[in-house]
Amino acid sequence: MTTRHFPPPALGRSRVPGEGLLDDRGPHFRPTVLAGAPRIGVLALQGDVLEHLRLLDVAGAVGAPVQTTADLDGLDGLVLPGGESTTIGTLLELHNLLGPLRQRIDAGLPVFGTCAGAILLARRALRHDGTPVEQTLVGGMDMVVRRNAFGRQVASFEADLDVTGLTAPMHAVFIRAPWIEEAGSEVEVLATADTDLGPRVVVARQGALLASAFHPELTDDPRLHHLFVRLVEEAETPRKRPVRC
Amino acid sequence: MSDAHIPSPQPSTGTDRVKRGLADMLKGGVIMDVVTPEQARIAEAAGAVAVMALERVPADIRSQGGVARMSDPDMVEAIMDAVSVPVMAKARIGHFVEAQILQSLGVDYVDESEVLTPADEAHHIDKHAFTVPFVCGATNLGEALRRLGEGAAMIRSKGEAGTGNVVEAVRHMRAIAGGIRRLGALAGEELYAEAKNLQAPYEIVAEVARTGRLPVVLFTAGGVATPADAAMMMQLGADGVFVGSGIFKSDEPAKRARAIVLATTSYDDPDVLAKVSRDLGEAMVGLNLEADPQAERLAVRGW
Repeated sequence: MTTRHFPPPALGRSRVPGEGLLDDRGPHFRPTVLAGAPRIGVLALQGDVLEHLRLLDVAGAVGAPVQTTADLDGLDGLVLPGGESTTIGTLLELHNLLGPLRQRIDAGLPVFGTCAGAILLARRALRHDGTPVEQTLVGGMDMVVRRNAFGRQVASFEADLDVTGLTAPMHAVFIRAPWIEEAGSEVEVLATADTDLGPRVVVARQGALLASAFHPELTDDPRLHHLFVRLVEEAETPRKRPVRC
Repeated sequence: MSDAHIPSPQPSTGTDRVKRGLADMLKGGVIMDVVTPEQARIAEAAGAVAVMALERVPADIRSQGGVARMSDPDMVEAIMDAVSVPVMAKARIGHFVEAQILQSLGVDYVDESEVLTPADEAHHIDKHAFTVPFVCGATNLGEALRRLGEGAAMIRSKGEAGTGNVVEAVRHMRAIAGGIRRLGALAGEELYAEAKNLQAPYEIVAEVARTGRLPVVLFTAGGVATPADAAMMMQLGADGVFVGSGIFKSDEPAKRARAIVLATTSYDDPDVLAKVSRDLGEAMVGLNLEADPQAERLAVRGW
């Protein structure tokens, strides 16, 4: 793997989409985490990568953008960010990341997907009206998701939401959000949202795979990221790491 | 954790966070102008993060002249039915009723756009009054901050639409980014006078000076025709790219669309850029405004 050294443009170079004008993770950035903290990648093909990197730092992990198969090496966990699931799926194929990523997930790599990331973790996706949609998914979780289930952007909303295992509600931001239409017996439901049709699953876990229909990364609340870091630490990953104190 | 302390038992729609949040999800992506459902499907298959539904691409508006207005609702709806990615649509500057209609159709973003003929020569739309979020064009920092003051949830540098010439996009992106850096160098008490110079609300000026960035996503637009153009704008600090006439006015739209998507993702990798820039057929012809003083400049619309 050749490293890319290239004269930086005026604003500083970065591999994270949207980082151009943000200097909060600039060249002098050093994560304030303890030695031995898990290294968690954020798929950086498209979407709100930076927001996840920020909350991973808060949650005590070392965040790292992932664009190539080489970037997958040495990861203890991976975040699939919010974005457009069709675009990220297309880019996963074009970057030849789909196969290697599926292999890593089969081998037990913990993954946390939010919104588009949750859709990518499903085995099947439906349109908003419940008809099947053809798109590239990563898979891993035994669930079917319904895209834009809460409606288009004018129906996007924020609300407080109880999540199993958390003592206080999370403030959840739903943007053209999906919900989990069917979940297999292995899938543990962690949160539901009230809808006109009754409660619908919006946070679920299967082993070391975690899916959220809303965007914790758009708030300052790191508790779901903490939960994921704990899943990573509990998971048997190829890289054994010392327990953090 | 500050968010957890604000109780909001009722779900709320149309908040700043929800409006700006959708733009956050589009970062690193390409938004493509489309005039038919078929073009929308080509754009989605190529990896567009969203499509902009309009009646004529800017190059045709430029060549055909006349008053350019909001698209026919039938066409907007047909495009919304054709794709699963967000659909944006343009309203004329100041034409709040066109925006009301687009919101009623359920479009995901309204572009209050200088590409259409302005409907009001003094006032932009009061965007706070809407649930649907707005993206607005800007040629410099003051203009961007005035639009934010009116409630815009996303900014794009204007460039010069329909020219296939990236020079104006570069000028505007540099003006916005340079303006932000300049603010960061000012002392706190100097920001009041600077807000007056920028003709922008003091609170937003102070926020940008403190954070060193716009509080919303900043895309680029107006003249991007090649993968290299898109990558250059990303390296100059854009969060993503609008491509108007550049795709469907070129020889092979599907190929060029995919190449621009890949270039936007890998904007800092010259090896990838060299690869995706090959074998794309002819780019749109393009227009050199410097050589044609009679040509209309769309970027001067808006105030």
